[in-house]
Amino acid sequence: MNRKYQIALSAAAVALLTACAAPMPSSADLDKLTQDILGRSFRAQGQAKLDRLTPDEDNSLCAEAERTGVPLDAKVAEAIEARNMKTIKAPADGKYLGDFKEGEKIAQSGAGKTWTDAEGSANGGNCYNCHQISKEELSYGTLGPSLYNYGKIRSALEPNSPVTKAITEYTWGKIQNARAYNACSNMPRFAHKGILTEAQIKHVMALLLDPASPVNK
Amino acid sequence: MKKLVFALGLIGVSAAAFAQKSSTDSIAEYRAMLQDGNPAELFEAKGEDLWKQKRGPKNASLEKCDLGKGAGVVKGAWVELPRYFSDTGKVQDLESRLVTCMQELQGFNGDEIAKTPFGKGEQSNVTALATWISAESKGMKFNLPQSHVEERKLYEVGKRLFFMRGGSHDFACATCHGQDDKRIRLQDLPNLTKNPGAGNGFGAWPAYRVSNGQMWGAQLRLNDCYRQQRFPYPLFGSEATIALGVYMGVNGKGGEATAPAIKR
Repeated sequence: MNRKYQIALSAAAVALLTACAAPMPSSADLDKLTQDILGRSFRAQGQAKLDRLTPDEDNSLCAEAERTGVPLDAKVAEAIEARNMKTIKAPADGKYLGDFKEGEKIAQSGAGKTWTDAEGSANGGNCYNCHQISKEELSYGTLGPSLYNYGKIRSALEPNSPVTKAITEYTWGKIQNARAYNACSNMPRFAHKGILTEAQIKHVMALLLDPASPVNK
Repeated sequence: MKKLVFALGLIGVSAAAFAQKSSTDSIAEYRAMLQDGNPAELFEAKGEDLWKQKRGPKNASLEKCDLGKGAGVVKGAWVELPRYFSDTGKVQDLESRLVTCMQELQGFNGDEIAKTPFGKGEQSNVTALATWISAESKGMKFNLPQSHVEERKLYEVGKRLFFMRGGSHDFACATCHGQDDKRIRLQDLPNLTKNPGAGNGFGAWPAYRVSNGQMWGAQLRLNDCYRQQRFPYPLFGSEATIALGVYMGVNGKGGEATAPAIKR
């Protein structure tokens, strides 16, 4: 074997050994590497600006729990829920229910907030993507529970009953910010993140809780 | 084409029955009908031509391109990608590796190709090449290497990105693709954290999309996922998208390569 070839071979062997023997970085270093890679991998487009990658503590905690399979400590989960509960605001005029027909349109629409949506255009609620709602719509997703007969099965259709009041307030809060009730819910925080307006949320509320809504038939 | 139009008509008629039957069965049936005439074949033929054709400022073919199994070896290359390449010092997926070869062998400007919008100019050629190269591994089993530390690092980064919640809606890849047997509307969602979902999902792209009549490579698939997640725009061949490819591909080890597939 000629000498030059031998040197090249041993250099290759060293390189290979170094690569194989190079230790894996710690979990914290991998977290840092992930942040660095995020910073290099995206650009702003339309309304989808780079601030959408800024870590949010609630999200970081839930993501780590889901990635590692180690559930959140009960106290940490309570703190997330408490933080998010503070963002919930009762309707300014005290009225919780809008128009269920408008609510159905909002539930059907998956538009809004992507880089192909015009800034300021109306956002949808994406509700049917994850939930069964009215019985007429067969094309519904299953990531969330069925909401068919939502008000009916909760006995929340009687006006002025304490049950109706409690369910109405809970549902209002849940749509505004689901993480107030379930620290790592997959449901978007519609009011907190500016996805739906107060008026739109009232319409979705009516879809679920108006006795005349097809959901409660 | 006539057959395809006929098949699409049938689907329209039976659409209402979809939800009552199992949606999985109906959609599988629909895809089986379309398999007869998967237009991806046209892109495969174009890709094979592009591989062999002398092109670019250097008037050279891509036949000496090393996709990881040695110069010019195409068969089986795709089921081992993304992987580490010592000449670039990077982990690369099929599309980013093709751009490297187009630059080094043919003299194209790789940065310009990366900046070109999907479906335009040399980007559409990259998609056609990826379609043919993936088809050459059809039926083979995924076996991404994890021997190099950079490959193992990117797996871990990909896993972190997969679970990262962000954007206006707090969506992560895992929101939709982290559980078994879920769907959005009628669309079944593969669980990409393990097989069979990871192999089925990752192993299907490049795929022809009937809904918009376009051939999509894996980079565009991920780009559109991030669009729907309300994230900013991932750059073509970015480390983030490649890390996700490593994560899904390694999770799909042993799964069968079905690309180029046909999708709704």
